Amino acid sequence: MEKRVVFRSAWLPYVLLAPQLAITVVFFFWPASQAVWYSFQLQDAFGLSSQFVGFENFRALFRDPHYLQSFKTTAVFSIAVSASGIVISLLLATMADRVVRGALAYKTVLIWPYAVAAAVAGVLWAFIFAPSIGIVTYLLKGFGIDWNWIIKGDQAMLLIIIASVWKQISYNFLFFLAGLQSIPKSLLEAAAIDGAGPARRFWTIVIPLLSPVTFFLLVVNIVYAFFETFGVVDATTQGGPAQATQILVYKVYHDGVKSADIGGSSAQSVILMIIVIALTAVQFRFIERKVQY
Amino acid sequence: MVERRPLLTFVAHAVLIIGAAIVAFPIYITFVASTHSFQDIMQVPMPLLPGEHFLENYKQVLIGGTTTGSRAAVDRMLLNSLIMALVVPIGKMSISILSAFAIVYFRFPLRNFFFWMIFVTLMLPVEVRIIPTFQVIAGLGMLNTFAGLTLPLIASATATFLFRQFFMTIPDELAEAARMDGAGPMRFFWDVAVPLSKTSMAALFVIQFIYGWNQYLWPLLITTDESMYTAVIGIKRMIVGGDAANEWNLIMATAMLAMLPPALVVLLMQKWFVKGLVETEK
Repeated sequence: MEKRVVFRSAWLPYVLLAPQLAITVVFFFWPASQAVWYSFQLQDAFGLSSQFVGFENFRALFRDPHYLQSFKTTAVFSIAVSASGIVISLLLATMADRVVRGALAYKTVLIWPYAVAAAVAGVLWAFIFAPSIGIVTYLLKGFGIDWNWIIKGDQAMLLIIIASVWKQISYNFLFFLAGLQSIPKSLLEAAAIDGAGPARRFWTIVIPLLSPVTFFLLVVNIVYAFFETFGVVDATTQGGPAQATQILVYKVYHDGVKSADIGGSSAQSVILMIIVIALTAVQFRFIERKVQY
Repeated sequence: MVERRPLLTFVAHAVLIIGAAIVAFPIYITFVASTHSFQDIMQVPMPLLPGEHFLENYKQVLIGGTTTGSRAAVDRMLLNSLIMALVVPIGKMSISILSAFAIVYFRFPLRNFFFWMIFVTLMLPVEVRIIPTFQVIAGLGMLNTFAGLTLPLIASATATFLFRQFFMTIPDELAEAARMDGAGPMRFFWDVAVPLSKTSMAALFVIQFIYGWNQYLWPLLITTDESMYTAVIGIKRMIVGGDAANEWNLIMATAMLAMLPPALVVLLMQKWFVKGLVETEK
């Protein structure tokens, strides 16, 4: 897509671009290239000298069982967050699309969590599930469930999944609702006249027509689970107990900031960059296809 | 509605009510906890109706933080959050609308190269490059400053893309007419392009306000000075240890204060918010 009518000036476009380019170079390209550079360096314990070690940092990472475990943790976490977030939001959006009365009230409550910071969401759920004073812990005890996410890894994982899904439901819900409302009513009516019930219409018309939105949300949710949930983890489990909830982005922070292992942390950053670029490429290919569709 | 099915409508309402109740539950509990004294909160189970210490708790955190954790006053944090939530969207939109205008309305050497340079920033969130970005900010002497807090977050292309997309939909006839009447590019920018983009700006502002207000990892790294804490960081600093060591009533009062401004923006500007979300797609 190009404009037919353009203005002519030898210098003006560069002046207009200058502020954004300056900020992008200083705060994006410079640090990003530093990350790549550090990932090939080994620094001594005092950070005074460093030497070029090639792929040694990467090799060390893939030999480190903690790092491999963190990959597995991230995979479990992001699949759980994306899948349950999408299913719950689709259910709520389908129902909200059906009702007329009270629709605005439901929508208002359901989009509220979008405004809550990830770290705050973590604190809220940690309080509700707090081992000794939490209100839900108390209820669970009534059912004979011993809840203590501070010492039990699987419960800690469940806690950060719940907090992360809770925060992301609003986003998915709004996209599904917009998608549902753009489905032509004539299609559904034609199917109804042909005798298809609500369930049949949902599976054979609504679900296929929502597939572009669903796919888009899947990519967005995975990216969300990979990066934006840092606040949830740091405000609740901090990767524990025994690294049961140490997702990749938390490990980058932990190794780089807390343990000051610049080389190892940078190598992890580079691996994360490759993952995001791959995800983004998938997303853009899909968007191109959607345009033709 | 395709047909009347009273049972299905009933089920729909039931699902929505249960869903809304679960979604609202943590917020309700937070509010209740923020209105009780420390002793009341420590009871198991905690009270489920609001108590009488509302004013006391909020006054305490606004002036003096907590007593066991961080003592930094929350009013200062709210101000810092507000500055961040305003500077990030305004800064981002100002530089983005200029560069989008240059890319759409001019043909010049290296245009595509610059376009891609901005484009790739979409791919890498701040979280991925924290340590080198931290070192750059430290090298520039920007630790514990608003410039250090906001500039790295402004370096992103979402707004540039939105404005580019929007400028492409402005009819060519407008630019042609402006040119025929002797208007230069900047005249066209101020009198036509900017006024027409107001809707996009409002939508973008809502999304970016929330983004700026809710930042966590970045302020956590570069604010070591209490006077630079944002509200979200302040909450984290109030949590010091196990369940009973934290003054949950005060932490929850701070949490309410920290989520109220973005929630108000979302609720009052719901129309712009939904538009902004669907259009920026991120």
